[in-house]
Amino acid sequence: MTLFILLLMPLLGGLLAWYSERFDAGLPKKIALLSLLLCWLPLIPLLSSMPFDASSLPRSQWLIDESYPWIPFFNINAHLALDGLSLLLILLTLLMGLVALSSAWHEITKRTGLFYLNLLWTLAGVLGVFLAIDLFLFFVFWEVMLVPMYFLISIWGYEQRHYAAVKFFIFTQAGGLLMLISLCALVGIHYQQTGILTFDYLILIQNPISGDLAFWVALGFTIAFLVKLPALPFHSWLADAHTQAPTAASIILAAVLLKTGGYGIIRFVLPLFPQASIQLAPFMMLLGVIGIIYGAMMAFVQTDLKRLVAYSSVSHMGFVLLGCFAFNIYALQGAVMQMLAHGISTSALFVLVGMIQHRYHTRDLNELGGLWLNLPKLSAFGLFFGIASLGMPGLGNFVAEFLILIGSFAQYPKLTILAASGLILAAVYSLLLIYKTFFGQTKRPHDSKIADTNTKEWCTLISMCFILIYLGLHPQPFFDLVPITLMKLSFIADDIGALL
Amino acid sequence: MTDYSSLLALVPLLPLFSALILLFSKLPKLWISIFAVGSVASVALISLFLNVIFWQQSDFVLTSSLGTWINLAQLNINFGLYLDPLSLVMITIVSGVGALIHLYSTGFMYQDSDFKRYFTYLNLFISAMLFLVLADNLLLLYLGWEGVGLCSYLLIGFWYQDRKNNLAANKAFLMTRIGDTAMAIGLFLLFTQLGTLDIQEIQIKAHAVWSLTNDNNNNTMASLCCLLLLGGAVGKSAQLPLQNWLPDAMAGPTPVSALIHAATMVTAGIYLIARNSQLFQLAPDVLYLVALIGTFTLLLGASAAMVQTDLKRILAYSTISQLGYMFLALGVGAGASAVFHLMTHAFFKALLFLAAGALIYSLHHEHNIFKMGGLLKKLPVVAVSFAIGCAALASLPFTAGFFSKELILAQVIASGHSGLWWAAILGAFFTAFYSARLFFVVFLGPTQLSPNAKPTKSMSLALVILSVLSLFGGIHPEGLKNLMPQLDTDGLSTLQHWLPILLPFIAISLAWWLFKTKRFGKPVPTFMQGVHQLVKSGWAFDHLYQTIFVSPFKYLCQVNKGDFIDLFYRLIEKTSGRLHMAFSQFQNGQLRRYNASLVIFCILAFAWFIRGELML
Amino acid sequence: MIPISWVFLLSLSLFVIGLFGVLARRNLLFILISLELMLNAVVILFIAASRYHSASMANSDGQIMYLLILTLAASEIAVGLSLVVHMYRQHHHLDIDKLNKLRD
Repeated sequence: MTLFILLLMPLLGGLLAWYSERFDAGLPKKIALLSLLLCWLPLIPLLSSMPFDASSLPRSQWLIDESYPWIPFFNINAHLALDGLSLLLILLTLLMGLVALSSAWHEITKRTGLFYLNLLWTLAGVLGVFLAIDLFLFFVFWEVMLVPMYFLISIWGYEQRHYAAVKFFIFTQAGGLLMLISLCALVGIHYQQTGILTFDYLILIQNPISGDLAFWVALGFTIAFLVKLPALPFHSWLADAHTQAPTAASIILAAVLLKTGGYGIIRFVLPLFPQASIQLAPFMMLLGVIGIIYGAMMAFVQTDLKRLVAYSSVSHMGFVLLGCFAFNIYALQGAVMQMLAHGISTSALFVLVGMIQHRYHTRDLNELGGLWLNLPKLSAFGLFFGIASLGMPGLGNFVAEFLILIGSFAQYPKLTILAASGLILAAVYSLLLIYKTFFGQTKRPHDSKIADTNTKEWCTLISMCFILIYLGLHPQPFFDLVPITLMKLSFIADDIGALL
Repeated sequence: MTDYSSLLALVPLLPLFSALILLFSKLPKLWISIFAVGSVASVALISLFLNVIFWQQSDFVLTSSLGTWINLAQLNINFGLYLDPLSLVMITIVSGVGALIHLYSTGFMYQDSDFKRYFTYLNLFISAMLFLVLADNLLLLYLGWEGVGLCSYLLIGFWYQDRKNNLAANKAFLMTRIGDTAMAIGLFLLFTQLGTLDIQEIQIKAHAVWSLTNDNNNNTMASLCCLLLLGGAVGKSAQLPLQNWLPDAMAGPTPVSALIHAATMVTAGIYLIARNSQLFQLAPDVLYLVALIGTFTLLLGASAAMVQTDLKRILAYSTISQLGYMFLALGVGAGASAVFHLMTHAFFKALLFLAAGALIYSLHHEHNIFKMGGLLKKLPVVAVSFAIGCAALASLPFTAGFFSKELILAQVIASGHSGLWWAAILGAFFTAFYSARLFFVVFLGPTQLSPNAKPTKSMSLALVILSVLSLFGGIHPEGLKNLMPQLDTDGLSTLQHWLPILLPFIAISLAWWLFKTKRFGKPVPTFMQGVHQLVKSGWAFDHLYQTIFVSPFKYLCQVNKGDFIDLFYRLIEKTSGRLHMAFSQFQNGQLRRYNASLVIFCILAFAWFIRGELML
Repeated sequence: MIPISWVFLLSLSLFVIGLFGVLARRNLLFILISLELMLNAVVILFIAASRYHSASMANSDGQIMYLLILTLAASEIAVGLSLVVHMYRQHHHLDIDKLNKLRD
């Protein structure tokens, strides 16, 4: 029941928060905080029984595996399971949920109950996506996380929120539709080839489907995940959605919603379609590289701080795509690490932008400047996370990018060299961000009411700093946790030394 | 040996802890100074102690590990420290010169309101630099490499309110980042080819793998690896074609220029090549390229230094040129003399910068040398130390710079590259000329600005110690000579022996004559103006890169600001919008319109069904 | 006996008149009347067809349809008229061009 409790907690908490608004407008956020903290409870036995240590990990992939019949006619089960990969992403989700809550605490004042309902339900959907092992259930959660996010953007967003929300919804829905079709095709073909009708990942993975159709089914899944990642050319919803969403929603979007794409590729596309994904790999890696460069170039010319960070996400997630399809352990571990590190560094940047917007009522780079003089702490954090996003060694992003590049270099040296140019371009836009925002002369007379970070903000940001440093200096526990070797992935050359 | 291992571990960690303490605490300035200077000074003491311990041994190795970093399949990377004679020399220079510059900074920066931030960055820099030189694998070296780059960026833009400083900082970071990315690709290539990133293992495996497979001594793969590593070295050490960030980097506080952009960080490239010298031996072509790059850079730097008017820019170009000498030495296979020159250069260039800092400190932040003059009597300590620095730079006999530069020149001749030797001689002439010009213009002649502040005691102390080092630091190079194989320098002809010694005197006499006849600072004759401008701008590399790379990139990005891929989706949106408008004409809420469309479509449907009949 | 085509013509002209009324009139009441006209046009057609197809009165489908339509028309007009009356009370006019509240 552990995993179901984990899922129910935010769902019920959301309903309760919604209901509680009629008593007190300040109540919903407290209930939301409580339910998010309660989500950690089911994980405590797991975390305490497992000191992050390779030797104590169980030999099977799954740490927890729970299944109940749901729609027996189609052999659909409510099957949830947790392995190291999903555990990491769930921890990230819960953590970033708290960060989002912290940034929404004072920012959201209208219809708070509904806001926290949507926030928690989005998180619940994401948790479900990371846990569901039955493909039908996975699809249900995939859709569940979109609708509340749509409301978050369209009700509490900024100036052009309706446009952005609809764009977000249509893109992701179209992706979802594609996934539904591919899912049905996958199950149908599997039924034809083996005579077993099942939506269960664990059974589907035993006999990967083959034939020409498999390629198209794999492509359908991949595109559905690419939309979410987002990779070129499906990225354009991201900039609008990020820019218009309230800070909390931006954080959830950047930190966890985008990760469902990468997770989907690693969890489903690669093991379910081993042949087809190898066929797809060169194109996907090319898309990844184009995304890295294109995203960075787009980030460079933006004047809206949030748009800049959004395009930098496109660039960073290009690395994830590159890593996923490089088919070796370094790149895959790098891709997972990139998801974690990007989740933290980018959402920290969004937190900062939210704080700047809250204080100065603008996100325009040309109107900001010289923040360091009046807000040294906030600016120091900005500097830190800007530097993190350009891939400074010692922080998580560097470990991730290094592993991805070293892994993909073995297969596609030329593509990797192109991707490495992303390191230069990342420096270009990150430095621009720091330069335009924090340095220089201040553009407006200082308002003494504008204060530097308060304790809550400081604690949020400093803990994110420490996580990034930990990821960067001691990533080994995370590598050990991700059961790459147990995931039935085929490596093109799983041993680089063999090239000697 | 275990005791020494933990001592070694302290070397990079002490400044790091000090930086962290400074970052998170609110201390008075005195305590900040104590922590900052104390940590680096204790590292200096540790490295002196290690020097004493290993005095006699020429090939000792001391290792220490601070834990595992990444351990995946073949990729095993530790925070491993590796001390051998080469890195011992480096940590001694870094911590020694670093401690002096910290000491000096306590005086120089005392008035600054951001005293704490300054020392945090500076300590962080020392820590990163020590990690760089002590790293036993290339990834940890890369960590230090980027770390020093970051600190350099932060310190160049330390006075962040002036946009010019930030732009200089950005430029420095981006240009070195280009080199760093080449180096990162080099790391990938080395790992895929050799399956390790451990520096010592790379040297061994490279010889095992690459010298066997090829007879003509020129393995493509080895050359490629070396070329990529060279890219990193070129960026960090401000060599052609990535040299033009260094003059702008002078926007930072002067002690920073002394520490980072003269004595330590910019020598990281030389260290990288020296560290991987066995790998580079497998690629003679690349080594020759190193020598060529060094030669061209030293000429470029020296020529540009002759026409500058900004005190710090003269020194910056001079640094570029001196680094060129080191590259030249590395390229001709005289790694030891390169490291020797690195050491003496660290002494005298740090001295010059600190003295220049004292001048600037005393003269209302004036940088133009032609507004100074006659300062010999007003600032005697500064003047004497500056004179010693200039003498060492010009390599007048028996100064530290003399020994190291003579050694390089002798080795170049011994390697048989006489063309390079003549170029280096020309560079030496230029060097002596601009050193003399600098000293004469600033300290002799009529007084123009009078100093309004005296250097503090801590500043004077640092100057005195560095002066002593610049005078006598080159006396005992025997230990250094053992670092790497040397070339035999016995067969020098008289000319080759005496020309380098006499040349500085000729250059200084020429400068004296020009100074006495008051030709410095006069407008350049019109026919020379173009050339003068070209040389003064550092051979117009800024302009070149602006035209070739920066502007097209900016233009390309700007054109695509609206994201052309989004156009496709907007087209879909527009089309469906249009269709919506068209179809909604049939049901616009007017009952009669509904009726009409009903009738029209009924008639159309009727016509469709009976079209077969009509055709008949 | 009158040729059936004459009845067709009559029915057609009645229908077109009704259709024109529905499309062109703006008053809801007249639209209802025009609708009735169209229904009656169809009714005439039914009766004529019934007579034409069987002289022996054995096939009386058309006439049954007539009865059905008559009932339908009566109930329709009852509901319609009551709605019209109600609308008139609310809006004080019966202009359908202005009665477009459901438009958006």
